[in-house]
Amino acid sequence: MIDNAHIVLIVAAVLFALGLIGVLTRKNVIFMLISVEIMLNAAGLAFVAAGSKWQQPDGQVMFLFILAMAAAEVSIGLAMVLQIHHQHKTLDVEKLKELRD
Amino acid sequence: MSVAMIFLSLGAPFVAALEIIIYAGAIIVLFIFVVMMLNLGHDTALQEKEWLRPKVWVVPSVLVLVLLAEMVVLLLQGDKEALPVSVVDPRKVALSLYGEYVIAVELAGFLLMAGIVGAAHIGKHTRKELHRFLQNGESQEILKTPPQQPAEEEPEQTVLHD
Repeated sequence: MIDNAHIVLIVAAVLFALGLIGVLTRKNVIFMLISVEIMLNAAGLAFVAAGSKWQQPDGQVMFLFILAMAAAEVSIGLAMVLQIHHQHKTLDVEKLKELRD
Repeated sequence: MSVAMIFLSLGAPFVAALEIIIYAGAIIVLFIFVVMMLNLGHDTALQEKEWLRPKVWVVPSVLVLVLLAEMVVLLLQGDKEALPVSVVDPRKVALSLYGEYVIAVELAGFLLMAGIVGAAHIGKHTRKELHRFLQNGESQEILKTPPQQPAEEEPEQTVLHD
C-alpha cells in the first residue's frame, strides 16, 4: 500500500516532468519562465512531502528558501524579458541568437 | 493553487498560505504585468486565434469534463474518512528556521537584495548600451568604442523604442 507521501512524490515527479517538457518545447520566453516556476514548485512539493513524512520542519524551511529563490528568479527573468522585447522585438528563443558563437 | 491545497492536506498550513500569497499575489501579478507591458502585436493575436480552433480545444474540454464528473462523484459518495493528517506546525518551522538555518536565511536575504538590485539595473540601464551593441552588430567593437559614441546614436534608439 502506497501511503500519502508516495502519492505526493509521484505528483511532484509528474509536475517536474511537465515543467521540463515545457522548458524544452516552448519557444516563448515567458512560457519557459512559467515552466521553470512549475519545476521549482515540484521540487518544493517533494521537499514538503518528505518533511511531512518524517515529521521534520526542515522540508518546509527548504520550501521557504525555494520560494525566495523563485521570487528573485522571476523578477530578474521578467526584467530580462522586458529588455529582450525592447531590443529584439521578439520573444522567440529561436531568433535570439545574438550571443551565439 | 492546487499545490497549496496539497500542502494543506499534507499538514503544512503555513507553507500553503505562503504559496498562495506569493504565487497569486506576486509572481502571477508580475507575469500579467509584463505581458500587459509587452503589448504583443497583431501577429501574436493571429497566432492565438489559430490555436483556438475547435479541433484543438474539444479534446481538452472533454477531459476536463470527465475530471469534473469524477470529482463530483467522489465528493458525493466518498467515505468521510479523512486522510491521516500529521501537522508540522508553524512553530516548529519558525524555530528551526531561525535556529539552525539562520545562515541560510541571511543568504536568502542577500539573494533577494541582489534580485531587487539586478532587476532594477536590468530594467533601467542596459537599454542604452546593449541597444547600441546590437545596432553595430559586432560585439568586438564595443569593447573598443569610447563612451562618447552613445551620444550620437541616441536618436535612432528612441525611434526603435516605440
